[in-house]
Amino acid sequence: MASDSQPIRRGSVLRVIAKAVVLFVVVNLAFALADPLPLIGRVSVYNWLVPGRERLPFGENPASYNLSLFQLEAMFASHEIARPKAPDEYRVLVLGDSAVWGILLQPPETLAGQMDAAGYVAADERVVRVYNLGHPTSSLTKDLLILSDALRYDPDLIVWLVTLESLPPEKQLASPILQHNPEAVRDLIAAHALDLDPADPAFVNPTFWEQTLVGQRRALADVIRLNVYGVMWAGTGVDQFYPESYDRPANDLEADVDFYGLPDPLTAGSLAFDVLAAGIELAGDVPVVLVNEPIFIGDGQNSDLRYNFYFPRWAYDDYRQIMADLAAERGWRYLDVWDAIPPSEFTNSAIHLTPEGTNQLMREIADWLGWAESK
Amino acid sequence: MQLIHIAAFTTAALLARLAGGGRWRNPIILIGSLIALFWLQPATPIRNLDFWFPLATFGLTALVWTVTRPAGTRPARADWIVLAGGLALILAVSLSRYAGPLCCLTASRPPQPWLVAPALLVVGLLGFAIVRFVSGRKPAALIAVLLLIGLLIVLKLDPLTRAASALLRGLMEQSVEQASALDIRWLGISYVAFRLIHVLRDYQGDRLPDLRLSEFVSYVLFFPALTAGPIDRADRFVAEYRQPLPLTWDTVYQAGSRIVIGLFKKYALADTLALIALDDMRAAQTHSTLWLWVMLYGFTFRIYLDFAGYSDIAIGLGRLLGITLPENFDRPYGKPNLTEFWNSWHMSLATWFRAYYFHPLSRALIRRFKRLPTPAIIAFCQMTTMMLVGLWHGITWNFLIWGAWQGIGLFAHNRWAARQRARATAPVGASSSGRLRRVVNVLLTFHFFLLSAVWFALSSPAASWDVYLRLFGVK
Repeated sequence: MASDSQPIRRGSVLRVIAKAVVLFVVVNLAFALADPLPLIGRVSVYNWLVPGRERLPFGENPASYNLSLFQLEAMFASHEIARPKAPDEYRVLVLGDSAVWGILLQPPETLAGQMDAAGYVAADERVVRVYNLGHPTSSLTKDLLILSDALRYDPDLIVWLVTLESLPPEKQLASPILQHNPEAVRDLIAAHALDLDPADPAFVNPTFWEQTLVGQRRALADVIRLNVYGVMWAGTGVDQFYPESYDRPANDLEADVDFYGLPDPLTAGSLAFDVLAAGIELAGDVPVVLVNEPIFIGDGQNSDLRYNFYFPRWAYDDYRQIMADLAAERGWRYLDVWDAIPPSEFTNSAIHLTPEGTNQLMREIADWLGWAESK
Repeated sequence: MQLIHIAAFTTAALLARLAGGGRWRNPIILIGSLIALFWLQPATPIRNLDFWFPLATFGLTALVWTVTRPAGTRPARADWIVLAGGLALILAVSLSRYAGPLCCLTASRPPQPWLVAPALLVVGLLGFAIVRFVSGRKPAALIAVLLLIGLLIVLKLDPLTRAASALLRGLMEQSVEQASALDIRWLGISYVAFRLIHVLRDYQGDRLPDLRLSEFVSYVLFFPALTAGPIDRADRFVAEYRQPLPLTWDTVYQAGSRIVIGLFKKYALADTLALIALDDMRAAQTHSTLWLWVMLYGFTFRIYLDFAGYSDIAIGLGRLLGITLPENFDRPYGKPNLTEFWNSWHMSLATWFRAYYFHPLSRALIRRFKRLPTPAIIAFCQMTTMMLVGLWHGITWNFLIWGAWQGIGLFAHNRWAARQRARATAPVGASSSGRLRRVVNVLLTFHFFLLSAVWFALSSPAASWDVYLRLFGVK
């Protein structure tokens, strides 16, 4: 600022403005050309200044100290999986939808949280550490995208919970996290010859201007906000808004038996089983366990036609049969626990479990895997 | 105030100074302030209150002006034009409900003109009655001051505010059961009331210059300072209103810098700290002493950056308009004692309280109670001043305790400083030990204020006490 004795003149002001404009343009152009957002996303306060999150960021309620963002590097950098693997650690990743992420569950109450706390020991005596990589949208392709990023964290086992709702073709690219990572998804489509359109209009393809600093300001703000929320995560352990009440899954159902307009009977080609196969292929030497997650089975009106709000009986039965056949044919490790959990242990949807229901599921999976509790 | 408002005000300010060689400046300030009154008023759950509040603010301002008219004078023709123009603008805001996509300046659709016109008539008749029967009579000013204080009490004391909400809901045929103190969000009324009280008190003391209605309304409702100050003095404001500071490149640079710095402080820093600043919910959820301290630091820096940033923007806009608004902050967190702190935090409010409460009270006590020791008078005046400052934020136990905390600190420093003077102790110098002592003093002063901020951040004494116990590891 000028001193009182030397007032600023027009030339100085215009030079400052001109320099500011030039700097603004240069920074924006450089940002668009360099695309530094992935690198910026890796700069994180998590896992050193504050503890890593126990599940991927999701949610936009300010009371949850959480947010939904699409920057995969930032999401993983904020997760506890980004911390170095211990020498005696048997690293297990759990993939899946909102049921795995844990809607209405505290982080320790989720499937991964309870598995992690149970103190299981693997066959080679390593300590089982379980990481929740669920994300609340139903899409196998979304799971595949997350898996493709997660493999760099050197897992020893992948437990992939699936359900019919993740398999219809129209669900595959419906997830915003996929739509905002078009290049990564296109790479997966090409690498595994997936039956998905790389030019799908759902993809968000930013223009050059949208890749500038101004264009990416929201994405950048989200990364900053995610890191600032690290203080609240560290201090409170809160990462979800829990409503005081919720509606239980509908027990009286509609007579409608349509399932995404798919033909009856379902075939392997009418669902995204190719994505499932791609995930197993991508995992390579890392064993993958597929789990058909439990569903709410209603006994009210039209329960002879539908199991629940999501699934007509014919479609779900076909899906289970196809899954079992494919698993047997291709040697997939597959556990079907669709009816393992009683209806009373479901919360606000046909797939979301209570802590007790999750515990029961955990024991089913752990027993099947042959995990022993540590002495 | 949002970024769109600041952009619009900056544009208006430049336009005011440049259009027609600057001769449209005063009309733009006046009309801009009236428009801002409606534009900035947030929506409320009670129907049309976002229209009636601005109308009431204008009405209060005009009526107080009539009270402060010198005896025997009548409003000039220019005053009638301004009054008519103001009322016409308010009617136009109401008529905008029929303007389709151009509606509305207010947050919600304004009430019908046939509801607004009688209200304007009432304001006009009140003004006429005051001019006819009351102007020039000093007791009327005292009554006006008491009414304004009463209004502030209603707005700051939750049970009364809730009762007001219930009354208004009843009038609007809305559910009375849902009445809440949060319904009554009257933009800038605290600052408007303080400006009006300042004017009335100066009028009582024959210190108020003769002001035209346009000058008075522009002073009270000056749009850069409408929502959160600074609280300027009428005589000082009007001097520059009549004779603006020239618009030079230096002024543009200074003003622009101030606005940019203010934007960064408020929207980048303060709004980021808001994500982690201590409040009731976060205090209850936090299970760690360390992170509780972090949130308290977050709160303390947030309130400074938010308020100081806003003041920077207001001062910058004022400067563009040729008005030098008073400074509000002077690096308070870098002050070595509480007296200097309170001479550098929200300075315009502190000046107001000093002028209209502290000094008159202390002089009156000294005159009346000659036997009272001076320290006792100082203690009483400082404690009550700071408690009133606390209550100005809201009439709650927490704000009262916060004020008492500040008052005790101020008095303690006052006594310590007096003892130092009596010992003829040399001031803290520039030596290394002097610098170290200053650093320690600054840290002590800052943390004294930081710990008091717990009362500010939380809503109940029980919650505040619980936080103190957890901050110091007792719980």
